[in-house]
Amino acid sequence: MAAPQFKVDFMGYRKPAAFMSIVIVLISLSSLALSGLQFGLDFTSGTSVRLNFAESAQLDEVGAQLEEAGYDDAVVVNFGSDRDIRVLLPLDPNAEVATEAEQAALTGEAIAAYLQERSDTEITLQGSDYVSAKVGEELAEQGGLGMLVALGIIMVYIAVRFQFKFSVGAVTALAHDLIITLGIFSLTGMEFNLNTLAALLAIIGYSLNDTIVVSDRIRENFRMLRKTEPVDTVNISLNQTLGRTLITSFTTLLVLFSILLIGGESTQGFAIALIIGVIVGTYSSIYVASNVIILMNVTREDLLIPVKEGAEADGIP
Amino acid sequence: MLNRYPAWKNLLVLLTVALGILYSVPNLYPDDEALQVTHESRELVQPDLDNITTALEAAQLQTLASELNDSGILLRFDTVEEQLRGKTAIEEALTDDFIVALNLAPTTPGWMQAIGAGKMNLGLDLQGGVHFLMEVDIEAAVTGRMEDNLSNVRSILRELRIRTRGLNMIDYSHIEVRFASANDRSRARSELIDNFPELQFQNREAGDVFILDLRMTDDTQLQIQRDTLQANRTTLLNRVDALGVAEPTVQQQGADRIVVELPGVQDPAQAIRILQRIATLEFHLEAALGAPRSSYETYDYVAPEGVFPVNVDNDVILQGDRISNVRPSLDQNGLPQVQISLDAQGGNQINRVTRDNVGRMMDILLIETRSRTNLVIDENGQEVEEVEFYEDRRLISHARINSALGRQFVITGLTQREAMDLSLLISSGSLAAPMTIVEQSVIGPTMGRENLEQGIRGVQIAAILVVIFMLLYYRLFGLAANVALIMNIVLIFAVLSSVLPATLTLPGIVGIVLTVGMAVDANVLIFTRIKEELRNGLPPQQAIDAGYNRAFTTILDANLTTFLVAVVLFTIGTGPVKGFSVTLMIGIITSMFTAIIGTRALVNLIYGGRRDLRSLSIGILPIKPAGGES
Repeated sequence: MAAPQFKVDFMGYRKPAAFMSIVIVLISLSSLALSGLQFGLDFTSGTSVRLNFAESAQLDEVGAQLEEAGYDDAVVVNFGSDRDIRVLLPLDPNAEVATEAEQAALTGEAIAAYLQERSDTEITLQGSDYVSAKVGEELAEQGGLGMLVALGIIMVYIAVRFQFKFSVGAVTALAHDLIITLGIFSLTGMEFNLNTLAALLAIIGYSLNDTIVVSDRIRENFRMLRKTEPVDTVNISLNQTLGRTLITSFTTLLVLFSILLIGGESTQGFAIALIIGVIVGTYSSIYVASNVIILMNVTREDLLIPVKEGAEADGIP
Repeated sequence: MLNRYPAWKNLLVLLTVALGILYSVPNLYPDDEALQVTHESRELVQPDLDNITTALEAAQLQTLASELNDSGILLRFDTVEEQLRGKTAIEEALTDDFIVALNLAPTTPGWMQAIGAGKMNLGLDLQGGVHFLMEVDIEAAVTGRMEDNLSNVRSILRELRIRTRGLNMIDYSHIEVRFASANDRSRARSELIDNFPELQFQNREAGDVFILDLRMTDDTQLQIQRDTLQANRTTLLNRVDALGVAEPTVQQQGADRIVVELPGVQDPAQAIRILQRIATLEFHLEAALGAPRSSYETYDYVAPEGVFPVNVDNDVILQGDRISNVRPSLDQNGLPQVQISLDAQGGNQINRVTRDNVGRMMDILLIETRSRTNLVIDENGQEVEEVEFYEDRRLISHARINSALGRQFVITGLTQREAMDLSLLISSGSLAAPMTIVEQSVIGPTMGRENLEQGIRGVQIAAILVVIFMLLYYRLFGLAANVALIMNIVLIFAVLSSVLPATLTLPGIVGIVLTVGMAVDANVLIFTRIKEELRNGLPPQQAIDAGYNRAFTTILDANLTTFLVAVVLFTIGTGPVKGFSVTLMIGIITSMFTAIIGTRALVNLIYGGRRDLRSLSIGILPIKPAGGES
């Protein structure tokens, strides 16, 4: 069992991989700092316009007409009866109006007039209001705080179950995945809404799962392979778990792509976020966590359980 | 060796599966579109149902079923369109004080409902409904309490014959009392300080005026804030019940806000009308004979003997928020009465007033702020609806003061029914502070349903693809994993519908998707381990056992870590974050069960008893590594 047994020399590329990770994380961070995220209606304020139709309102038609008029992000819903509708719009940051309430009023009138021109039924503007997003803000804070606390608890748990070096590795991999996913959202200008937030939470779970599985193998091999160099032990472990890593990523991606393609508009945001997260997470479970462990000079002694370990290793032929 | 599960383990698996199926089946029964008709003040009777039936017939609308039950009249319709038309027709036929609410009615058989098997609650994003964020005017609650204190201070000083140069409210939590001499002030101070533990006292001079500042302590303000919010939440819950909504959420958010979510309700105007019906109580004395006309108001009192006018003095002797508990009961002679308990200060207050007024009548006023919709002509000459608020003041009790009252007293001389009604009126009337709606959003049923259907279709197709892949890649073992996967979804649904009635939202579905992924992962881990052991030369039965055992620690570590994250998110988050973490937690537990114990039971059933087992149907074994044991 002393001879190195692996097909792919993952750790041979660990320096270029680390360099690449650092560069991408830096790009992500600077994009987040410079252009930030494109927050959806959940997090930002908007305008709510209430309209009454003399006859039943056709929601699809109204939606299509609003899109023609340039209100791309309008959400049209029934409101109380089949003749009342409500249109939700994000605020236009470029509008030259003093207050949000004023902008809401103007938007309402503009929409009512535009729709009336294209409709035979009489449309009455019932009112247009500015809706604030206090709740969304609180939620974003909570989500952020939740992630920080979660990171702390994970570190403690892994330090107890494995070893401190492993918890640094796992948390680095996790931060790496979250920063890059957010960075891609920032760079592409994709909308960040409540579903995307849920996806980020899911990425925590996924990325961690991946890292733990690999760390588990590394721990086992460190205890079993007595005379192997740490880098080789890590390499062997990565090769042994490679099949599982690829299959799990593949099935998860299968799920996510079908949600992306079939699940409709409302689930697209989280499907995209998770797809990015899974791809980055698969990469980071191979390179980031292991790289950190090796950088921190992990040794066999770190993982020895004095009494049990000997018995365990001897039991294996 | 053989791989066999003890009988109890097999039984456990079977039992779990059976219960899982039983409790998830109700989700297959689709809800009916329904209308719920209630009345603001009375119970509905058969003639009301007849009126509604006639109105629906006139509009050529068919109901699937209509029933008159305790909570009103429930009408079931086939489509949303019919439901909406039905609502318009009924509203036109009935008077304004009837409430017609859009709703969904379950169609699960009675015996399933009896064993607690119900449908999953769908969140607003999936089902549609209204969402309100209400802000409680805490300042108003504190102001009310301080006004109360002001009149008490005045009456105490009057009793002690201490002259003042005036008492003023400076702001909502600050009263100043002006005295001509420092001596008067110190006498007043030493008297008042015992009576008002909730106030802070401070001396101040302005020229030759000696001022005593009374401020409410921060602790008391905080306490009032907490109590007020709690009281308002309870009252809101009662009112939401009146709407007949299936699964309402009334939740506190932050220090002064309450979130109300009414799934299935599509009529916010009506919900607002009921939620905002602000009611408060005031205790007054009856005006003395010959009192000046400006010092009282006349109310009609509805007594069993008939209606007669009562002159009620304008001075409030006690505010409703001093009431801590109200309940109907029987006295020693078995006669009905209403028992009222007050807080400490309320007790002092009513004692001071009533001990000097034994023999006079005490009146309780119920003040409700209601809204009505009027049609008015606007500046463009168009008819628009305008909501107008008005106060409805009613005299609900008129009783003689037989002795000085304290913290606990009773109102007697009532019939059973009156006692019940009065205590209900008093307890529902004590909405401690007015509320305003700061945010309101309506999610239409079409959008909700579309979201749900597309989401479910996405998950279905995903599951099918995963099932096919697992079958191709792991053959018979893949089949076991697939059975476990399906069982896992069934179990999650069962837990979400019955055991832990959580509300399923879109982020919740994401949580389920993630656990489906993780459940497969557990099996992938086990199967790759079995393959490795086979390749290392272990005989099949041992390879199965070693594979499951070796993979177990990994699966446990991975799942426990993720579970910890879910717990943290659940504790810290609200709304969507909570929804996600609940499904994730449930999913981790059920997937560990199905992926480890469930598949093992199946594998044992297929292979476990065979001594001559030579190969497993588990797909292609990994190639031996190049540097292996050559």
